[in-house]
Amino acid sequence: MYSVQVLKKLNVLKSFIQVNSSIPRLTSRYAATASTAESSKDAKSNEASDSFVLNLFSGRVNTKQLTPFPSVLDSDQRSTLAGMVEPVDKFFQEVNNADKNDALETIEPNTLTGLAEMGAFGLQVPIEYGGLGLSNTQYARLVEVVGAYDLGVGIALGAHQSIGFKGITLYGTHEQKQKYLPDLASGKKFAAYCLTEPSSGSDAGSVQTRAVLSPCGKHYKMNGSKLWISNGGIADVMTVFAKTEVKDEATGAAKDKVTAFIVERGFGGVSSGPPEKKMGIKCSNTAALYFEDTEIPVENVLGGVGNGFKVAMNVLNNGRFGMAAALSGTMRLCIAKASEHAAGRTQFGAKISSYGAIQEKLARMAAKHYATESMAYLVSGLMDSGVAEFQAEAAISKVYGSEAAWYCADEAIQILGGMGYMRETGLERVMRDLRIFRIFEGTNDILRLFFTLLGVQYAGKQLQQLAKSPLSNPSALVSMGFRKMGLGSVASPDTGALLERLHPELKASGELLGQTAGHLGQAVQDIVVKHKKGVIERQHELNRLAEGAMHAYAMAAALSRADQSLRAGAASAEYETRLVHYLCNESADWIQYNLGQLKSNRTQTSIELSKDISKTVCDNGGVVQVNPLGL
Amino acid sequence: MAASKGLKILVGCKRVIDYAVKVRVKPDRSGVVTEGVKHSMNPFDEIAVEEAVRMKEKKLAGEAVAISVGPPQSQETLRTALAMGIDRAIHVEIPLAQLEKLQPIHVSKLLAKVCESEKPDLVILGKQAIDDDCNQTGQMLAALLDWPQATFASKIEPSQDSKQLRVTREVDGGLETIDVSVPAVVTSDLRLNEPRYATLPNIMKAKKKPLAKMSPDQLGVDLQPRQEVISVEDPPVRKAGAKVESVEDLVGKLREKGLVK
Repeated sequence: MYSVQVLKKLNVLKSFIQVNSSIPRLTSRYAATASTAESSKDAKSNEASDSFVLNLFSGRVNTKQLTPFPSVLDSDQRSTLAGMVEPVDKFFQEVNNADKNDALETIEPNTLTGLAEMGAFGLQVPIEYGGLGLSNTQYARLVEVVGAYDLGVGIALGAHQSIGFKGITLYGTHEQKQKYLPDLASGKKFAAYCLTEPSSGSDAGSVQTRAVLSPCGKHYKMNGSKLWISNGGIADVMTVFAKTEVKDEATGAAKDKVTAFIVERGFGGVSSGPPEKKMGIKCSNTAALYFEDTEIPVENVLGGVGNGFKVAMNVLNNGRFGMAAALSGTMRLCIAKASEHAAGRTQFGAKISSYGAIQEKLARMAAKHYATESMAYLVSGLMDSGVAEFQAEAAISKVYGSEAAWYCADEAIQILGGMGYMRETGLERVMRDLRIFRIFEGTNDILRLFFTLLGVQYAGKQLQQLAKSPLSNPSALVSMGFRKMGLGSVASPDTGALLERLHPELKASGELLGQTAGHLGQAVQDIVVKHKKGVIERQHELNRLAEGAMHAYAMAAALSRADQSLRAGAASAEYETRLVHYLCNESADWIQYNLGQLKSNRTQTSIELSKDISKTVCDNGGVVQVNPLGL
Repeated sequence: MAASKGLKILVGCKRVIDYAVKVRVKPDRSGVVTEGVKHSMNPFDEIAVEEAVRMKEKKLAGEAVAISVGPPQSQETLRTALAMGIDRAIHVEIPLAQLEKLQPIHVSKLLAKVCESEKPDLVILGKQAIDDDCNQTGQMLAALLDWPQATFASKIEPSQDSKQLRVTREVDGGLETIDVSVPAVVTSDLRLNEPRYATLPNIMKAKKKPLAKMSPDQLGVDLQPRQEVISVEDPPVRKAGAKVESVEDLVGKLREKGLVK
């Protein structure tokens, strides 16, 4: 006779098992703009992961990939990097003119030459292929400088090396690297990442560009078009993703799968459209690409036939930390401008920095910047440490960073008032440049669903593993309790390891993080029990879980970094401690709000209403009502 | 002049607070805040380094050596010089305790000692450092070595007979051109050249270039301070002025302040 308790827990188990079987299909759908789509057949996915974010969804606080804050630079790398920051900073201050680039809608020629001489086009290319061989962390630091001065140039550089030819660095054969990397590293040739098509954005698996193998088997013929490709108009070496016909090994049936190709403009049949007119990052070339019977030698297949999707996602995943790093630099600038103004501007007889309304903005900006910066270096540090599974963390850093940066620029303009709106202040250009960061390289909307479903899937797998264990049987599960099942809960937050590792000054915030993790774990269980398989389609609910995970990771990254500062006796340690305290309080409130909504009947009603309203508006092509006058 | 091999040039580089930093006086008025503040190579020294590298490129010089007298972090300054094209570097490390009391007289003595062993044909220094604005080291060094000096150089080229150096100097009255025989000490002025940017590949290459360390004791130079800084203060805040209506008022006011009898 099973108690209600046991039945409840069996339900959780059952729900997770149901959900899990559907998630691989869906995550691979959403992984379009996210990262590695690991099939459930992949052995790795059955292993326990030390990913902080994934474990959060089980209510657990796994500190292995969190604290101590990664320290990945040896003294040689550190001194090299130290010597590089200043020249890059100087170049961007004295040579690059962001406003000119924006007005001309192109990077000034002498700046482009200077950047090439500077070595800026091959920062992470291995030295043997003509690059600087920088690690991810070193790259992050330099990209932070670029982000502060000119995001347009940042994207031109990033589209080239962070994604444009990253596929060659990650998947290329020695011959391919030898052939292409040197010219790309020196800036002699530009690269572009060509995935998006008119009918294929977030749904990247649906690309229609096609490459057909010739009868002789020596080359492919490519036909199709790509849209909004950064560096599309100037690139000579392109990583293009196209559908190819492959034979399914098991059944022998013909299937369409995406393959990545290295395409040279010189192969013929390649043309590009005029530069797109954009809201921001104007000096970065964005253009359409057309392939008409373009012949590609089979040697130019990148990463294996049929593997294109994985290549595409991994390249994006690999470059994501760079975005958070660049945006940290941008936010630093916005906060500097805003605080300088607030401290100097007098209205109503006092400096505006003494007014609560302004204080709240500045504090929020500082907190969001700190979290983003901490995440950027935490992720790059994990990557440099050889951690393979960082896709959830990287995705969060992109979403959080882009939204934090938007907030900072927006509020910086607000603090400067009318001056902020004027071109000469330099903030309106930053704002225009920033808008795209929430859209490209994986829209924030898709990424939210992606890392949430990854987390829900992981939570389910943990449960499944435990259920498979010979020790488990219903009564055993009951006696183990949620905690032992690997799921934290509201009743027993899992903070032991975290509090042991954190500096005493951070204990209170550490506990807050633990409680938050418990809330999240509980919320995940509740929602899965309620909706089972259907949870995949419940985007309203998934988005609230996403907010929870995202802000919890922000808290965690900030705590880890502040811990490092305290232990190192940094001059700013006391300030950082207070900042982290503030960040954790605010984040915990926001997470609580979001998770609370999941349990609220009113929110449930709102969700149903919003579906209906949205449908009506779409059917109507706009709002339904006439104005109050009826005219 | 060893015309076939080219001149051997020794270039001085000083690590100073970056020109763009808002300097703040320490609360105890003993000096300015240097900890955590951005430092870089003295701009006039950058010009000196650039000139040495250009002379190498023009084959006037065969070897260019950079030297810095300063704290451990001066190594970074030397690495920048190496990245700009200098062949090797020498760091005369000064312990922090003695750093604040270091003056041109000490630096010039240290440099003179190094010149005894390195035997350069030409020493190029920045005309002055932007932290103390002393404008003394080059002149003192030339005197200690008993070498000719050409200060405030805006151009350096071989003399007509190629046996000397023709230096154009920026002086109050305009430009003065003199011929100096080598070995000589030249100090660089603003318009001598525009320094190149150190590129990242060159910074990587610079890591492999030799950087030798020396101590003042090894060189047998005594660093006893000759001066004592009594206090360092902010410049006085500008006081408000007053407008006067007529010349008589003006003269009256000047008499009041005792500025006119």
